[in-house]
Amino acid sequence: MEIITILILCFFLATVAPVIRQRTGIWSGWILAIVPAAIVVWLVVIYPKVWAGNAFRAAYEWLPQLNMGFSFRLDGLSWLFAMLIFGVGSLILIYAGYYMKTYKNTKRFFAYLVFFMGAMFGLVAANDLMTLFLFWELTSVTSFLLIGFKHHLKAARDAALQALLITGTGGLALLGGFILLGIEYQTFNIEVILQNPHIFLNSKYFLPISILLMVGAFTKSAIFPFHFWLPGAMQAPSPVSAFLHSATMVKAGIFLLARLLPLYSQSDFWIYTLTIFGVTTMFAGGWLSMAQNDLKKILAYTTVSALGTLVLLIGTGTAYALTAALVFLLVHAFYKATLFMMAGNIEKKTGTRQMDALGGLRHWMPVAAIISYLALLSMSGVPPMLGFIGKELIYEAKMKAPDAAVFILLAGFLANVFMVFVSARIAFSVFLGPKMSFDKKVAEPDVALLTGPGILVILSLLLGVFPEIAQNIISPAFTSIAPDESLVKLKLWHGFNNILLLSVLTVSAGLLMYFARKGLINRISRLNELFFNLHLSERFFAGLNAFMSFAGRKTSFVQHGYHRFYLMTMILSATALLWYGMFKMNFSWDSHLFEGVLSWIVLVAIFVIVSASIATVTTSNRLNALIYIGLVGIGLTIIFIYYGGVDLAITLIVVETLMIVIGAMVVYRLPKYIRYSGVTSRVRDVLISVVFGATITAIILAISPDYQAKEVADYFVENSLTKGFGKNVVNVILVDFRALDTLGEITVLALAAIGIASLLKLKLDKKT
Amino acid sequence: MTTLLAILIGFLFSVSIYLLLRRSIVKLVLGLLFLSYATSLLLFVTGGLTVGKPAFVESQTQIASKVVSDPLPQALILTAIVIGFGVAAFAMVLIYRFHRETGTIDMDELSETNQK
Repeated sequence: MEIITILILCFFLATVAPVIRQRTGIWSGWILAIVPAAIVVWLVVIYPKVWAGNAFRAAYEWLPQLNMGFSFRLDGLSWLFAMLIFGVGSLILIYAGYYMKTYKNTKRFFAYLVFFMGAMFGLVAANDLMTLFLFWELTSVTSFLLIGFKHHLKAARDAALQALLITGTGGLALLGGFILLGIEYQTFNIEVILQNPHIFLNSKYFLPISILLMVGAFTKSAIFPFHFWLPGAMQAPSPVSAFLHSATMVKAGIFLLARLLPLYSQSDFWIYTLTIFGVTTMFAGGWLSMAQNDLKKILAYTTVSALGTLVLLIGTGTAYALTAALVFLLVHAFYKATLFMMAGNIEKKTGTRQMDALGGLRHWMPVAAIISYLALLSMSGVPPMLGFIGKELIYEAKMKAPDAAVFILLAGFLANVFMVFVSARIAFSVFLGPKMSFDKKVAEPDVALLTGPGILVILSLLLGVFPEIAQNIISPAFTSIAPDESLVKLKLWHGFNNILLLSVLTVSAGLLMYFARKGLINRISRLNELFFNLHLSERFFAGLNAFMSFAGRKTSFVQHGYHRFYLMTMILSATALLWYGMFKMNFSWDSHLFEGVLSWIVLVAIFVIVSASIATVTTSNRLNALIYIGLVGIGLTIIFIYYGGVDLAITLIVVETLMIVIGAMVVYRLPKYIRYSGVTSRVRDVLISVVFGATITAIILAISPDYQAKEVADYFVENSLTKGFGKNVVNVILVDFRALDTLGEITVLALAAIGIASLLKLKLDKKT
Repeated sequence: MTTLLAILIGFLFSVSIYLLLRRSIVKLVLGLLFLSYATSLLLFVTGGLTVGKPAFVESQTQIASKVVSDPLPQALILTAIVIGFGVAAFAMVLIYRFHRETGTIDMDELSETNQK
């Protein structure tokens, strides 16, 4: 019940956020942050109950026929993620309230942001695969709106579209994987599925399910080769980047992998695949972050590297690795949110994010500088920050990795050296160093802009100094993903050992690289152009454009705009279908439908009809054509009278006369006939029409007399006089038995009359 | 004997299709009229034919004999004729407006939605 309340609270807050924003302006951030902050307090209060595991649940039936449920469960892992979502979320809201004041349409922005937060919570609290999928897609959609918030810029629209398409494709893959899992388990309940991993491991769909789930997680979490949407997403306003990179969105894939860990922890396939993709992403992200010049882009690539690290650790799956993963999750969320908010502050105050244009900012913004130093220390893994504990654990986990430990350790060492290098570069080139001149008057960012980053670095520092608190925060999560393992004890100081040596080496190597930065960055850029010139993002858009132009060509082929060719398509397909139907029904030619009821009157009528029809087609005078058509109608009337259809005959004569009068009035005002088509197309059209006519003839001949529904006719004949009080059965049918049909018919006529009247009176603008 | 009316209906359909495939919008409307004729006759004939016995019931005794022409297809055709009239009248006025707005009666000129 509590979970549903939180969800409703979030979505309700999203709907009233625009009003709050309008009423309270830059203070709206503080007001909006009250709700997530209150939820954080509640989460802290319920901490003891989370240990019990079953305290907070909510389950509703959604589509029981398909085993789909709408259910939630707050266990240790969900609790940890919820803390991050609402904790970081409230700080981001405070920040955004002030940060967004220079933007337009911010009312909408806050609605998106709060909605996004709620969707993310639904995702981590879901206890049903379909519920999880629903919120998974909601985060994709809301992140699309947030990334593309500056939609007047093409770059922002493109980045948003790219993110949506990639995560959306991943979402589809995930749905496929979930459905297959649902088929295997006959339920979508996550708890049940996780308790029986052997069904999945022995499933004949093991490989497809695994690949689909991985594609879903990898696209969301920007794992190589899907990583490129994340650096593109820096087009979003800074609060969004800070939120996307730290606690939400990209962490959804990590959450999924952690959530499903009990399912695949026994599978070598999963362990190897996650390790390979994790290591590749970790290394590639670190490498690509070094040579960037845009502050946000540097940070984006370090996030890619961090996500790779997390995937690697979860894939490794040992107690050390999982402890390291959970600690690193916190570490990364804290420093990355801080740094992105700082990047926003710097851009706001100086007007640029380019590394070579920045420098000496500590003179103008000392507090911001100190906060950033601490965050960068955490990122490089220097004591006493929490980042140090995280990095130590990661090294330890890598050393003790069951397979390929040397290779993983080397890649991890290099990735960490890159992190130190990047941190040093930001610290020295942005905040220290000579004062640069800026267009704007640079000053300390406002309190609201520093509150969030400040609280987060203080947390990093506190948790680093008192690792027991961090231990308590992550231990419920650890128990829920690996119930059989025990959490490794967190310590700031491990004594002098290999790992400490490795840490010292990492920092020294990173600093050394920083002092050689001038030649190094150029060389890395050149290397990138030579070997890593993948341009995945550009290729993505090239592929998208190719697809669009293919769709355009296909459309202009099918929708060519020529009326007669549409008709031709319809007629020919109808002919083909009719013949197919006749052959399926095993028709016979010997029809006895109306044997021996032909007389000279009918023969005359047929003669009139045929000759008048031919004259209609061949005449070159439009008025004559109308008269010939009238003759055809007269011929039909004769046939109707002869076979007892007197009402038909009367109606047809009246309608025919009216038609010719109207037709003459209209045709008189139209230009004379012009010969539009050549001989070839005439011959072709004659052939098509003859084939269609022959088909109809064949069908009539094939109709069997048993097919007629005589009993319906008998009913009308029997009851016409007794119940309908009319001697003319056809009339009684129209006005009594099927009176409602006739009402419809009158309505159609009335509509046609209205249409005609308005067509005649319509005055169109002549804009030529 | 039977085949003659069947062929007539097929013929009327052929004429209608041929006219519908013309580029002139006037012939298109004529084709619609023919389509309506052909369909009426098709319905009429497939209902079964009885010579000279309209579906009238004069008294209770006649009901028992049940040898009148089938009233149901006739009722349907009657509706079809009237609706066909509505459609044709609308189409007539539409082509009149079409010509006044575009200055042409060539359907191929209509292959684009943009004004020239």
